[in-house]
Amino acid sequence: MELNGAQILVQSLIDEGVEYIFGYPGGAVLHLYDALFQQDELKHILVRHEQGATHAADGYARATGKAGVVLVTSGPGATNAVTGIATAYMDSIPMVIISGQVSLPVIGSDAFQEVDMVGITRPCVKHNFLIKDVTKIAETIKKAFYIATTGRPGPVVVDIPKDITAPNIIVPYKYPKKVSIRSYNPVLTGHKGQIKKAVDLLLSAQKPIIYSGGGVILGEASKELIEFTHRLGYPITNTLMGLGAFPATDKQFIGMLGMHGTYEANMAMHESDVIIAIGARFDDRVTGKLDLFCPYAKIIHIDVDPASISKTVKVDIPIVGEVKPVLEQMLELINESKKKPDKKALELWWHQIGQWQAVNCLQYDSESLLIKPQYVIEQLYEVTKGDAYITSDVGQHQMWAAQYYHFDKPRRWINSGGLGTMGFGLPAAIGVKLAFPESDVACITGDASIQMCIQELSTALQYKTPVKIINLNNRYMGMVRQWQEFSYQSRYSHSYMDTIPEFVKLAEAYGHVGMRIDKPEEVRPALEAAFAMKDRTVFLDVMTDITENVYPMIEAGKGHHEMKLRVALGASTDRELA
Amino acid sequence: MRHIISILMENESGALSRVAGLFSARGYNIESLTVAPTQDPSLSRMTLVTRGSEEIIEQITKQLNKLIDVVKLIDLAESSHIERELMMVKIKATGAMRDEIRSMAGIFRGKIIDVTPTTYIVEMTGTSEKLDAFLAAIEPDSIIEAVRSGPTGISRGEKGLHL
Repeated sequence: MELNGAQILVQSLIDEGVEYIFGYPGGAVLHLYDALFQQDELKHILVRHEQGATHAADGYARATGKAGVVLVTSGPGATNAVTGIATAYMDSIPMVIISGQVSLPVIGSDAFQEVDMVGITRPCVKHNFLIKDVTKIAETIKKAFYIATTGRPGPVVVDIPKDITAPNIIVPYKYPKKVSIRSYNPVLTGHKGQIKKAVDLLLSAQKPIIYSGGGVILGEASKELIEFTHRLGYPITNTLMGLGAFPATDKQFIGMLGMHGTYEANMAMHESDVIIAIGARFDDRVTGKLDLFCPYAKIIHIDVDPASISKTVKVDIPIVGEVKPVLEQMLELINESKKKPDKKALELWWHQIGQWQAVNCLQYDSESLLIKPQYVIEQLYEVTKGDAYITSDVGQHQMWAAQYYHFDKPRRWINSGGLGTMGFGLPAAIGVKLAFPESDVACITGDASIQMCIQELSTALQYKTPVKIINLNNRYMGMVRQWQEFSYQSRYSHSYMDTIPEFVKLAEAYGHVGMRIDKPEEVRPALEAAFAMKDRTVFLDVMTDITENVYPMIEAGKGHHEMKLRVALGASTDRELA
Repeated sequence: MRHIISILMENESGALSRVAGLFSARGYNIESLTVAPTQDPSLSRMTLVTRGSEEIIEQITKQLNKLIDVVKLIDLAESSHIERELMMVKIKATGAMRDEIRSMAGIFRGKIIDVTPTTYIVEMTGTSEKLDAFLAAIEPDSIIEAVRSGPTGISRGEKGLHL
């Protein structure tokens, strides 16, 4: 088959099995858009801003496990995509971003809409390519998908100069079935000796804890994690990125850990003698102050990326490999081992954990006359029977969603954990809804975050992706306000927006349904009504208590055992429990 | 501690900037860096001198290995190795200084590769310490300019860094 560059690119994506491509046209990609126009296998989703394209592709990737694909033009199209690329990079999300570039002969001449995309994205991609030869397009696309989806996944940028896609240059096309890269060979299974050592240590633990992260979801190892955890009977905590990999409603689950994790999870980490970290990377929001981190524990760490091991916390038994085969290897050894978990020690340990759980760290004032944001999430959980895909933006609402929506399945909780990108939630929800049109998809957001990519409401209408937007509207950048209250004597510097649009009217202007909810008793009926409108995007503007803070909390410079807890209900002061 | 990291990488445009970018982005320090294609033109070999604690060097080698363009690398400081640096120094040489410089270059096994009525250029290879010592032995005001390649190195014995 003989094709031109633009056709090769489109055909390569089709042959790679790509279903959706999220993009925005412009000068440098006109040939590509012309090729897209002349086919109907690959579905293009026209966003309203390139950042929206990257987040939508990202949401699609997180929900499906397949690579999300983006197409943007050169210059501003490319730079607008950078935030979304960095978002995917920080959370190890497989994406392929195709960016147009000015024609080869004018690269470097400060041509119109020229920007060094390969240079700009270098620190926030797994790899990037600049294609300089039309015969290299198919192979490069294959390599891009291979790199993006294997090992520790991540975004790959493919920059294509306009003349490479020109209609008059026609070359033979064949999409490679396989590709190998001599300098890139991700490790699969773990080292047997290390695994044996790890199993021995695990089975001799008195106060063990399993700490698992997003790697379990990326590595499709949820089933193995559940089996492993049940087999051992140990408590398990998840990171923000790992929620759903282990069912939150399982009695062995003791909640999320870290800055806004549960008291019991953080205390158990602090007091534990053996920690097994599975596909988690000891992020600073998880560890708190490093010097105070888990002082009594020996640490086992499973990660596909060797660079994640002993990066911030020195570990005792590192295991490099994909989570799924490593857990399988470990389970096999555990089953064969004569040694069994220490039942007596475990009983004591669970008793201790029970006492921490009795603190009831997530309790809030459920009698309030104002709408408590936690209540909204709890109602959402009930109305959706815990089975919706939940995307979020960044801030207080994100933490409340993580704390009060109990995720039982992997890939249901979709948020920007590493980069913390406001504006992520709505476009991500659109990407998820395209992948799973029959499932409920809700975007939990706030009045500040939602305004960062609100233009994508228009995309949601065009492509009929009826998502439900739960806007926890407290008229503040809530998390900024909370930090200012705690650390800056309530000097609320620029965290309040004097003017906020009327979201109901705005939603209606975009062709959707808008609902404003002012009272606690209106929350449940409004949610039920919203989810009953299967084919409409509904914007629920929920007026929540301005003063509400996220508890519990590890403040900056503190350890896991120094969490700040909410005091007596209704009181506005806090005490420290240590 | 000082480490010499030898890197075999794809000889592709942008590969060098990936390494340099990694160091600046993660706050690692580069003391020197030399790079040239190998006898296999598809590969480049880079020698990079850096300093850091064991933990930092471990992170540096892991992060470098993570770059798709990096094929292989070794930390030469971990085993017996030889390192050399090339230097060319342009020195004011008039009157009695002409003999003085010539004999000094001889002591350090340097070569005079350019002569004018008022200057010499001395070429010298050796360890970085030897080159430092030569510069220290010359009157500082008489050095017009010195250019150094940065060290490059190779491990001793049968082992080698290759595909």
